[in-house]
Amino acid sequence: MTDLSNQTPLAPPRSQWLNVWDQLKKHKGALLGGGFLLFITLAVLLGPFVWTLDPQTIDYRSRDFRPIYHALFDADAKTAWGNPLGTDQLGRDGLANLLAGGRTSMAVGWAAMLLTLFIGTMIGVIAGYFKKLDGPLMRMTDLFLSLPILPLLLVAVTLFREPLRASFGPEGGMFILIVAIIGITSWMPTARIVRGDVLALKEREFVLAARSIGTRPGAMIWRHLLPNVISPIMVSATLGLAAAIITESALSFLGVGFPSDFPTWGKMLADAVQRMEEFPERVMLPGLAISLTVLSVNYLGDGLRDALDPRIRGR
Amino acid sequence: MLTFTIRRLILSVPTLLFISLVIFLLLELAPGDPMAQVPLTVPPEVKEKMREALGLGQPMHIRFWKWLVQFFWIEPQVMIDHFFGTTYAVGDLRVISWQTRSPVMDTVVQRIPQTLWVVGTAYIVGILIALPIGIYSAYRQYSVFDQCGTFITMIGFSIPPFFTGPLLIVVFSVQLGWFPFIYDTTHVVDDWDSFTYQLRQMILPVMVLALQTTAQISRYMRASMLDNLNQDYVRTARAKGLSESVVVMVHVLRNSMIPVVTVIALGMPAIFGGAIITEQVFSVNGIGSQLITALFANDLPTVQTLTFIFAMLIVFFNLIADILYGLLDPRIRYD
Repeated sequence: MTDLSNQTPLAPPRSQWLNVWDQLKKHKGALLGGGFLLFITLAVLLGPFVWTLDPQTIDYRSRDFRPIYHALFDADAKTAWGNPLGTDQLGRDGLANLLAGGRTSMAVGWAAMLLTLFIGTMIGVIAGYFKKLDGPLMRMTDLFLSLPILPLLLVAVTLFREPLRASFGPEGGMFILIVAIIGITSWMPTARIVRGDVLALKEREFVLAARSIGTRPGAMIWRHLLPNVISPIMVSATLGLAAAIITESALSFLGVGFPSDFPTWGKMLADAVQRMEEFPERVMLPGLAISLTVLSVNYLGDGLRDALDPRIRGR
Repeated sequence: MLTFTIRRLILSVPTLLFISLVIFLLLELAPGDPMAQVPLTVPPEVKEKMREALGLGQPMHIRFWKWLVQFFWIEPQVMIDHFFGTTYAVGDLRVISWQTRSPVMDTVVQRIPQTLWVVGTAYIVGILIALPIGIYSAYRQYSVFDQCGTFITMIGFSIPPFFTGPLLIVVFSVQLGWFPFIYDTTHVVDDWDSFTYQLRQMILPVMVLALQTTAQISRYMRASMLDNLNQDYVRTARAKGLSESVVVMVHVLRNSMIPVVTVIALGMPAIFGGAIITEQVFSVNGIGSQLITALFANDLPTVQTLTFIFAMLIVFFNLIADILYGLLDPRIRYD
């Protein structure tokens, strides 16, 4: 007779997220990207408390300082340990500006990404779950996809700037405006992906079982559908974050973004282009900050896509 | 195929109407007052008359209709008059710019070739580079070429055009002095020297725009090739004894192109957005820079027309993609 007492599983059951994490760990780019994203987020969040120079203080006597590494190959360059990344034409500290600019860019990126995900997921789930709304909502998505996004963004930001500034202050108003507009114009890919997944999930047995015990649509979406579409949502979250950071910087670069005394990476880059030949670092530093952040987010998204795909996982 | 094309053409009419409504409402609901620049000494009743002269006195739906008529009925007539010397549109009111007090379309017609020329070349160059990269890196998956390709396309994805633009200017125009850093649109090509100059001044803007395109399309090409390379029909083709080049370049490539064609067409909005920035960086006086000038000057008719032209270009390219899709994949045609 076989011994039935020894029927315990060999390994303890593992949660899905542990598996995902194991797969993600194998993707070097995703790990590096995630690490860098964490680093830059912490830097812009906590940096201003460590590097306490005010980014707005104008000091004419110490203007046009070069970054400290410049002293390595040019001993006569104007450098100072007090301004490790140099100062701009008004004597504002480069490092403090970079941190403050990063704060704005990252805040806009995260907020716009969350709004995009919220709208996209809602429309996708509704279109996938309720058959009657599917047609109209998807036609609307198609229509939104053929809108010229950047021209519309430019128009909306320029035209709605004044009243929002009046009611929420110059920075707050602009923040709300940019986040709202990026959110409204970039939810379509998320909605399409979520709808497709919901349509497939709806035919599965567990949904039938849940419906047969009388689960209401709201609970069905919240308890059974949303947890199962979380992986495409996470992948489009990374894409959305990257796109939002680039869009905000593009608006600042074209001069329709935040007010002129409020640093963002795009605005620092735009201001520095005029004297690019003399001070290339002022273009390079914010430009690299944008590019590296976006690059790390993209790599993280690439790794997440592989890790969350059960067909690839475990290979 | 013809009915399919006609159906798609008819479908694009409501799309265009919706977009024109969105643009109109956006400008309508915007709180800016076109009379804000008029001095305060002008009495209110004169101001009211000026508003009416600008056509702002009537209700919203009437103005929307008038704009539609001006744009879709009068402007085409003007074009026909211009080409055939007829006089259909004489005396009709056209869309007038508040900046230059001349018809908006006259300026647009002068500027649109620069934009289309730069954007079009960049897109074609981008596609021509992207397709071989995508095909080869899928065929040799995880090889050194594939890894490098992935890294470079990731960089191309991530570096925004307003950073690559100044960067390329510093390296190639300022340090090396190879290419001019301003795009001279008054330049006339009439001999070999002026032709090479035109080529040289186009290289930088085209490179900036093509980098983005290349990154995106080669990624999709690679993914789509990978999906198809493991299919059964590929094994069958190899088993029949077809040469490797025929298997890859005919069987796999044709099937992989189907999703890529959609991506190529759906990338058009992004490339026109990139064109606005590139035009700003390289001082190309295309419609992108005209849009920005008009925005800062609060010239609403120009803004409205230009945004709508961008939308029309996008809808037009989507239409082409749909038709190509139908040509490539018979299953779509007959649904």
